Amino acid sequence: MHMADALIAPAVAGTMYLCSGGAMGYSVKKVRQSGEPEKIPVMGVMGAFVFATQMINFTIPGTGSSGHLCGGMLLSAILGPEAGFLTMIGVLLIQAFLFADGGVLALGANIWNMAFYGCFVGGGLIWKWMMKKGMSKKKIAVSSILGCMLTLQLGAFSVTLETLFSGVTQLPFLVFLAAMQPIHLAIGLVEGLITAAVLVFLYEARPEMLWGYGVKESGTGKLSQKKTIAVLALAALVIGGAFSLAASAYPDGLEWSMEKAAGTTELEAAGGIYDRAAGVQDAVALLPDYQFKGSESAAGTSVSGILGGVAVTAVCILGCYTLKLFGKRKTADMKPENGKEGHE
Amino acid sequence: MNKLQQAVAILHEVDSEAGKRSNKSRIHPASRLFVCVLFILITVSFHKYNVMGLLSMWLYLFITGIWEELSFWKGLKRIRYILLLIVLLGTANLFFDRNVIFCLGSMHITGGMISMATLLIKGMLTVYAAYFLLMETGIEGICAALRTFGIPKGGVTVILLIYRYLILLLKEVQRMSQAYQLRAPGQKGIHIRTWGSFVGLLLLRTMERAGDIYDSMLLRGYQGEYRQQEVLGGRISRGLSSIYAVVWTLVLLILRVFPVFQMVGNLLG
Repeated sequence: MHMADALIAPAVAGTMYLCSGGAMGYSVKKVRQSGEPEKIPVMGVMGAFVFATQMINFTIPGTGSSGHLCGGMLLSAILGPEAGFLTMIGVLLIQAFLFADGGVLALGANIWNMAFYGCFVGGGLIWKWMMKKGMSKKKIAVSSILGCMLTLQLGAFSVTLETLFSGVTQLPFLVFLAAMQPIHLAIGLVEGLITAAVLVFLYEARPEMLWGYGVKESGTGKLSQKKTIAVLALAALVIGGAFSLAASAYPDGLEWSMEKAAGTTELEAAGGIYDRAAGVQDAVALLPDYQFKGSESAAGTSVSGILGGVAVTAVCILGCYTLKLFGKRKTADMKPENGKEGHE
Repeated sequence: MNKLQQAVAILHEVDSEAGKRSNKSRIHPASRLFVCVLFILITVSFHKYNVMGLLSMWLYLFITGIWEELSFWKGLKRIRYILLLIVLLGTANLFFDRNVIFCLGSMHITGGMISMATLLIKGMLTVYAAYFLLMETGIEGICAALRTFGIPKGGVTVILLIYRYLILLLKEVQRMSQAYQLRAPGQKGIHIRTWGSFVGLLLLRTMERAGDIYDSMLLRGYQGEYRQQEVLGGRISRGLSSIYAVVWTLVLLILRVFPVFQMVGNLLG
């Protein structure tokens, strides 16, 4: 479900960064308020644990295929939604840089699609709601499976929306949605089963390690279940609104800015020096207006571009090597002197 | 080589390569991160039919790659899975965007073909940019840059800890998986009956380890502060870092606004 940079438009990426940034700010505040400094190393090591265990293949009986662990749900069930969310951000950032799983620009969207839903919906809503009257193996299993399936569905739906608003694929929305949702329903079920198995084991071995164990719902918390749902619904509305703005008809922000500033997306200059330069260009150019003479074909533009591209690239590469060569010579010249000084 | 071995190999490679470069570099990682993000932002902002504009963005990668002696071949290995995903999505464009843009001999070049090509180029450019940044600065450098941009120290410390303990846990998972495979030959993965105990035992050991780590951090004077200065050392030049950021910003904006390749080609032609 990791989105690549090529599949997201800058406006959508920016909107998702804002949403994820808001959730991150809230989580940092909550973790700081909890006053548990020892939680930081636990979060770090747990992040590494989730990362490492996601590489284990779990055999799905009767299918011959394998599944993976659901990180967001597992982390929330152990660390709580806020600390789990921060840990997932770390996991996703390292995945993006180290393994090219998801892009740098798409990181905000990936955090939202995988960490936000997994931690706040799976952990903050479903897990919390199921465990409010005490824990049991059955409840852990049901909430893990339900949480994983729902959060993956939400994540997959968000990916479809983000791709649609980014306008990078001509695939109709409903076709894309029909491809994304069922496959993630199956993945969610498998991930839920694996997560449930691990959490049930933990419940039997060390139940105090699970988030919310031994704490019955008092109803006096700062954010009740109803308020949480209201906040999430509001967040959905805000994101929907922001998306609508982001998905404008303009091709990009630069052209939009130019049109606002100059009334056109193409600036033209006139005057003596411009005319003379244009004359010289016309006289020497084999490909005027970046096309073959007397041809309006786009192929002309391409040939012109390729020629220019090869020339500019060659100059840059040559320049780099020349500068590097000079740099190495300079270092080589300095070495004997340094050695001499050192010897003295 | 399985996934776990690959991940361990990548971590070792990043540690050694990035360590070598970041120890010499006088440019602040924040400048590098800024330029990298700007590059990605500008790259993805190109119109779906603007292949030539996108190709000019390779200049940044060529110059960075040559200057920092980075391997394009190693970067290419990381791109294969992304390209597969992009091809899957881009293929739809071939069927839904059949407007003929131009003809190459008897071959009709449609909008779908061009938009798929731009998607592939964008995918390659953005993955290479992130890879080069990682190889130039390392994860410690990226964390220092994030701290400079105001990301809370708790979040940055978590990222650093994940990175530091990742290799340890990957090797532990590798050992466990190997031991399991030796006792269950011919089995593809972990059987359903042992899902819980296999990962659960590792989880218990991990939590105990986290406690030990926190104790040793306290013994070494940890007070919740991320020491950025110790990571960067005293070699960073603020002037050089600013020049780096300003020059690349200007170059990237020029490449975005003007069809540089076409203009040079036109002059040469």
